[in-house]
Amino acid sequence: MSTEVCEITCIVCPTGCKVRVVREGSKVIEVSGNTCKRGETYASQEAVAPQRTLTTSVKVTGGDFALVSVKSATLVPKARLFDLMKAVQKLRVAAPIRIRDIVVHDVLGLGIDLVATRTVRKTGE
Amino acid sequence: MKTEYDLIVIGGGPAGLAAATAAYDQGLRDILIVERDRFLGGILNQCIHTGFGLQEFREELTGPEYAQRFVDKTLEDGIPFLLDTMVLAVRPDRTIVAISPKLGRLELHAKAIVLSMGCRERTRAAIMVPGTRPAGVMTAGTAQRYMNVEGYLPGHNVVILGSGDVGLIMARRFTLEGARVNAVLEIMPYSTGLTRNIVQCLDDYGIPLLLNHTVTSVHGGKRVTGVSIAQVDDYRRPVPGTEREIACDTLITSVGLVPENELSKTAGVQLDPITGGAVVNQRLQTSVPGVFACGNVLQVHDLVDNVSEESQRAGRSAALYVQDKLPQTLRSIRVVPASGIRYVVPQCVDVTEQTETIKLFMRPSDVFKGASVELRTDSREEPLAKFRRSRLTPGEMVVLTVQGTVFAAVEADILVGVKVL
Ligand SMILES: Cc1cc2nc3c(=O)[nH]c(=O)nc-3n(C[C@H](O)[C@H](O)[C@H](O)COP(=O)(O)OP(=O)(O)OC[C@H]3O[C@@H](n4cnc5c(N)ncnc54)[C@H](O)[C@@H]3O)c2cc1C
Ligand code: SF4
Repeated sequence: MSTEVCEITCIVCPTGCKVRVVREGSKVIEVSGNTCKRGETYASQEAVAPQRTLTTSVKVTGGDFALVSVKSATLVPKARLFDLMKAVQKLRVAAPIRIRDIVVHDVLGLGIDLVATRTVRKTGE
Repeated sequence: MKTEYDLIVIGGGPAGLAAATAAYDQGLRDILIVERDRFLGGILNQCIHTGFGLQEFREELTGPEYAQRFVDKTLEDGIPFLLDTMVLAVRPDRTIVAISPKLGRLELHAKAIVLSMGCRERTRAAIMVPGTRPAGVMTAGTAQRYMNVEGYLPGHNVVILGSGDVGLIMARRFTLEGARVNAVLEIMPYSTGLTRNIVQCLDDYGIPLLLNHTVTSVHGGKRVTGVSIAQVDDYRRPVPGTEREIACDTLITSVGLVPENELSKTAGVQLDPITGGAVVNQRLQTSVPGVFACGNVLQVHDLVDNVSEESQRAGRSAALYVQDKLPQTLRSIRVVPASGIRYVVPQCVDVTEQTETIKLFMRPSDVFKGASVELRTDSREEPLAKFRRSRLTPGEMVVLTVQGTVFAAVEADILVGVKVL
């Protein structure tokens, strides 16, 4: 199988190292240009199957905020981000919600939970 | 209501909360936080993306999560705060005039004040984009509040002017919410946003970043129908013949932040014309004794982690001031920006019996590769200290940690400049 070289900008921290990954199909052969181990892990994954943390909001009923901000507890395949967004836009959750509560279990059966990143109290509380 | 306090903190954002809790840890108990919004945490409440806390907490948090850590500490310490209360004026004698719908007009007095009002976005008017005045033109921060706090999508077909981090983050936010982002325009030849944000907010979604471009005119009657854009030359003037129109219903501006210093002015605090914030020493004390400043009201930070660190220092200093425990100043050394550096904060360092290690925050005026930042005095050939950096850019603040002995050894101004290697 032929090898392919990917130039990847590491987004794990603000340094933004330019990382070079050599891969053969879905097998990573060589990683260079990263400053730390986290960069190697990120770039190897990125070269083969990119993933992102999704942060967005879910509409709340009866709360002191109209929305609860959420993040995916685990990484989401980049190609599925929009599917997830579509599913989330249809949701409504009832207040109260506490920070770190799981707002949605296993979205779209991908095994990904959405976790609240803020506390929303009931109106008037 | 009580009107006398040891310390009043103006603004309950990350800066104010870090200052108040640090003053508490320093032993101060009589503290009040005054916040004009209906919640604590400041601008972080609308920054729902991740990217906060890597330095402070060694983990990647969203804005609301980061804010919550400081809100929790404030609540645990039992520090009182007023919400929905806007400070209108601060007098040099440290009297504060504020109003709130519940309490009416308040006049409070404090032994020390921390100014932590954050910053405001420059608007379309401030940058003078010509054209009509339709609905659909707003700053990125306003759009962010609509989308992430209030729950409205303010547009479907968007052009973003300005490629700072706020603009980049909003490009992704609009895209994920189903709007179309046509392009992000940047008048400079480089983006002031972090590289990671260009990658994960624009490249990920195929949104073009047009460097050396600006909006020359806004079109539309009631609502924006489009914008004219053009390439600019080295003097940032539109190049004739490069103009074209993009149809859109929304123009988002993300063209810089300005410290919100109206109150500092009424207090008589001396301002730095470059940062737009107060002139301070290493303890974050302004030219008015007992008045301290920190966070984005002092200088626009890129990382909230730096805001917290700076503000904790301000809070500690304010507590020491009230307790009359600040070390005595022997002399003040000015720290002056030289070639390649736009500004340095603190603008002066007070030398004491035992000058502490000092962090100097600064912004380069240009992009430099393989350079060193040097501290020197006019009279000496050799630099006092030298810090190598592989890359300097105006978008990323430079932080230098300098030994106290460096300041103790000199009498004259210290110049901070870039030397390309
Ligand atoms: C869109 C956006 C994205 C960002 N992204 C990141 C990121 O990814 N990573 C990162 O580390 N940092 C990021 N930042 C920066 C970070 O949010 C700021 O550095 C931080 O919020 C600054 O804290 P502050 O307390 O100085 O200001 P603020 O958070 O603005 O707080 C100031 C507070 O003062 C109050 N106030 C102002 N005037 C008065 C008055 N007269 N009376 C009473 N109260 C008053 C305001 O209501 C506000 O609550 C981002 C900022 C923005 C705007
Ligand atoms: S490789 Fe390490 S240092 Fe470089 S950007 Fe990635 S995480 Fe940061």
